[in-house]
Amino acid sequence: MDILLAGVVSGSTYALLAVGVSLIFGVSNIVNFATGAVFAVGGMLGWFLAAVLAWPLWAVLLAVVAFTSLLGWVIFLVAVRPLRTAPGIAVLLATFAVGIILDNTSQRVFGAETRRFPSLLERSNFELWGFRFGTIALVIIGVSVVCVALLAWVLARTRIGRAIRATSQDRDAAAQMGIPVDRVQAYSFVIASGLGGVAGVLVGMYFSNVSPTMGFMAGIQAFAAATIGGLGSLPGAIVGGLILGIAEAFGVALWGDSVRQLITFGSLILVLWVRPGGILGRVPVVAAEPMTGTFFGAGPPLRLGKWAGVALAAAALLLPLVAGDYVLRTGAIVWIYALFALSVTIAGGFAGQIVLGQAGALAVGAYTSALLVTKAGWDFWASFIAAGLVAAIISVILTAPTWRLRGHYVSMATLATGAFIAALALNLPAITNGARGIYGIPRPTLFGISVSSAVGMYLLTFVVLLVALIVVSRLGRSHLGRTWSAVREDEVAAASSGIHPAAYKSLAFGLGSVIAGFAGALYASQITYLEPSQFGVSLSVLAVTIAILGGLRAPMGVVIGAVILVGIPEFFRAFADWRLLFYGLLLLVLILWRPQGLWAHSEPVARAWRRLARRGAREEVSS
Amino acid sequence: MTDALLRVAGLTKRFGGLTVVDGVSFEIQPGEVVSIIGPNGSGKTTTLNIISGVLRAASGTVELDGKRITGRRPYEIAHLGLTRTFQNGRVIGNLTVADNVLVGLESVQTVGRPFPRLRGIPGIRWIPLLAETGSALVPSRKRRRQDAADAEHVSSELARFGSRLAPRRDQYAYSLSYANRRRTEIARALVAAPRLLVLDEPTAGMNQTETAEVLQQLLELKAAGQTILLVEHKLDLVMTLSDRVLVLDDGHVIAHGTPDEVRRDPRVIEAYLGKAFAEGNDA
Repeated sequence: MDILLAGVVSGSTYALLAVGVSLIFGVSNIVNFATGAVFAVGGMLGWFLAAVLAWPLWAVLLAVVAFTSLLGWVIFLVAVRPLRTAPGIAVLLATFAVGIILDNTSQRVFGAETRRFPSLLERSNFELWGFRFGTIALVIIGVSVVCVALLAWVLARTRIGRAIRATSQDRDAAAQMGIPVDRVQAYSFVIASGLGGVAGVLVGMYFSNVSPTMGFMAGIQAFAAATIGGLGSLPGAIVGGLILGIAEAFGVALWGDSVRQLITFGSLILVLWVRPGGILGRVPVVAAEPMTGTFFGAGPPLRLGKWAGVALAAAALLLPLVAGDYVLRTGAIVWIYALFALSVTIAGGFAGQIVLGQAGALAVGAYTSALLVTKAGWDFWASFIAAGLVAAIISVILTAPTWRLRGHYVSMATLATGAFIAALALNLPAITNGARGIYGIPRPTLFGISVSSAVGMYLLTFVVLLVALIVVSRLGRSHLGRTWSAVREDEVAAASSGIHPAAYKSLAFGLGSVIAGFAGALYASQITYLEPSQFGVSLSVLAVTIAILGGLRAPMGVVIGAVILVGIPEFFRAFADWRLLFYGLLLLVLILWRPQGLWAHSEPVARAWRRLARRGAREEVSS
Repeated sequence: MTDALLRVAGLTKRFGGLTVVDGVSFEIQPGEVVSIIGPNGSGKTTTLNIISGVLRAASGTVELDGKRITGRRPYEIAHLGLTRTFQNGRVIGNLTVADNVLVGLESVQTVGRPFPRLRGIPGIRWIPLLAETGSALVPSRKRRRQDAADAEHVSSELARFGSRLAPRRDQYAYSLSYANRRRTEIARALVAAPRLLVLDEPTAGMNQTETAEVLQQLLELKAAGQTILLVEHKLDLVMTLSDRVLVLDDGHVIAHGTPDEVRRDPRVIEAYLGKAFAEGNDA
C-alpha cells in the first residue's frame, strides 16, 4: 500500500510533465527536450524560495509557476520560432541545447550540489486502514489533479483552448481561419513549462532534495510516460504517467534503485512494440498526402573534389609532425566520435530515420571488445570485428518491430533501445561488472606490437575513420543510396514503387550499428575503462548533433561536426565550470544559424557564388 | 471471364462509423482503359488506395491476374505489376528527375539483388539485404552494365513527354513546375512496364493545353496495349479515353458502362453530371 501511494505520487508528477510534453507535441509536432531542464529550474528556484527566503508553500508555487511560464515563452521565442521551417530534428536539438544552457546556468546560480528541500508539510500525520501517509502526499496529488483539471477546462471551454485544439488538428487550416498559430504554440510552451515548474517543486518537496542536474532523466521519463499513454493525447499522458510511476515504485521496492531506468525504457519499448500509438493514442493510418508546394529542397550535400579529399586526409595524417601529445589524444577522440556519428549519417542522412539510441550500439561494441580482450584473451582486431557484429545484431533485434513506424516514433523507439542497453549494463554485474565498471583495458595491437603512444592511436583511429568514410560514401552513391533516399523522402511513394521500407530502414540502422560498434571498440581501448554512466542518452544525442551539424547527408559532415563539438570544447577544459554552458550556447547558435548543417548546399551562399562567377565571366568577355 | 486482369469484388471500407466504399465490384480486361468518376468524397481515391495496398479493406477481395492481393503490402503489389500515381503528386523532391524515374524500376530490379525469394521472410531477409549491400559497395560488371541500361531506359521514358522532361533530367524534382512533377510521377509509374497502371487524377491542376497533351500520351499508351485504371474529373478526357466508365456516389457504384451509356444514365446525371452536360452532348 505504501508502495502504491509512492507510485501514485511520483506518477502524478510524471503526469504533469507528460501532459506538457503531449500538449507541445500535439500543437506543434515538436519533441521538447528542455522539459526536464525547466522542471529542474522549478525545483531549484522552489528550494531557494522555500529554504533560503523561507517563503510559505503557496507563494513558492505561485512564484515558480510565474517564472517557469515566462521561461517557456522565452524558450519558444529563442529556440522554436526561428526554426519554423526547419526539419523537426533541428528544433529537437535546439531545445536540447536550451536544456544544457538552463541546467548549467542553474548550477552557476544555485550551486551544483544537491540541496535539502524543506518539506513544508507533514509526512505522516494521517492514518487510514492501518497505513500512514502525510498531508504532503495529498497535496501533491491534489495539486496535480487541480492543474490537469484546470488545463482540461481551458482546452474544452475557452477561446484559447479551442484555438489550441484547432491548431493541433490542422495547423495550416487553423492559420487560414485567423488563429494566430504562433501565439497558440507559445501558449503551449508557457503552459507546459508552468506545469513543469510545479512538478519540480512537488518532487523536490516529496524526495526532500533537489539538484540542478535532476532534470534530464525526469524529462526523458516524461517522454516515456507521454509515449506510453499516446503522444498528443492528454488523458493518455496522465494514464502513462501513473502507470510508469506505479511500475517504477514496485520495481524499485523489489529490486532496488538501479532498475528504475530498466523499467522506464523496458516498458516504453514494449508499448512501442505492441501498441505503437500508446494506450490511448493511435498512429495515423496514412500520412496525409503532401500538398504540392509545401516541400522544400533540404540542401543537397556538397561534394568534395577527389584531390581536395586526398589533400585533407594527408594534412590530417601529417598532423603528428607538428602537434603535441595532448592535441593528438584529443584528435583520436575526435576521430572516434566522428566514426560514431557516421552511424547516424547512414540511418538518418541516407534512410531518414533520426535514431537517438546509438549510444546503445556504442556501449555494446565497447563492452564486447573490452570483455573479449580482457577476459577471453582475444586479439584486438578479432574483438573489433565482433564488437561491430554484436552491436548490430542486438540493436537490430531490439528495434525490429519499430520500423513500420515513422518520424518521432522511430526516434523514441531508438532512444528507448539505447537507454535500455545502458540500463542493462548497469543491471548485469555478472557480465559488465555493473556500476563499478571495467578498468585496465589494453591498447590495440598491430602485428603483435601494442599501439599505446598518442601518435599511434591518432593514426590508427584516423585510418579506421577514413576507410569507413570511403565505404559509407560509396554506399550513399550506389543504387542502394537511391533506394534509401526514396524511403527517406516519401515512404508511401517508395512502397508503391516496390520498395520494402521497413527492410531498408532496418538495413540502414543495422549498418550504422556496425559502425557504432567499431567506434565502441576503439573507444574502449582509447579511454581504457568503461562504466554504464558513460553511455547515457546525451551521448546518443551528441552523435545526432555531430551528424546534423556537419550536414546529415554528407559522410564528410561528421568530421566537421566532431571537430567543432568534441575537439573545440576539449580545449576549454581549463574552464571546467563554464565548459558545458559554452557548449550549449555553441550548439544553439550553430543550429539557429545553419539548421541544414555546415557541409550542405545553401541557397544564399550559392547565389553569391553564382554572382561572382557571372561577374568573372563578364569580365572575360569584355576584355 | 477468367482472364480479367483486375477483379474487385464487394470492396468495403469504413473510417470510424463512416462507410466510404460500400460493396464496390468491377473487372478490368487486359488492354482496357477503365475510369472511375463521381463527386468529391464518393470513394474514388479510397478505392484506388485499397487496390494498391496503401489502405486495408474492411471486406471484399481484389485479384490481380487471378492472384489475390487483398491485404498485401504496397511493395508486394508493385512487384506483381501494379504501379500508381497519387492524387496530389508524390515525386521525391530531393532526387533528380532521372533518379525519381529510376526509383520506379525498383520493382523489377534483380541485378545486384540476389535471393529475391528470401525477402519476404523476417530475419532471413537479412541474407539478401546484406548481399545487396555488398553488391552496392563493389558493383559487379553485370551490375554496372545494368546501370547503363537503366539510364538508357529512363531517357526513353522521359522522351515520351517530348521536350518537357528530357532537358530537366538532372534537375531536382522540387524545382519542377507542378505539371512536370506530375509527368515525372507518371514516368516513374510507367518505367517498370506495369501490367496495370493506376492513375489518380493525373491532370489535376493542369491547364487545357497540358491536359490535352496528357490525353494524347495516354491514348498512345492505350494504343500500345497498356491497361489503365483512371480516376479523373475532366470528363472530356475520361469520355475520349475510356473503354468503360464506373460512376461512384457515396461509396456505391451507381452506373457502369461505356462512356455513352453512362452519359445518358439518369442517375449519373442526377448525382454528378447535371442536366446541362448530358443535353449539351446530346444536342
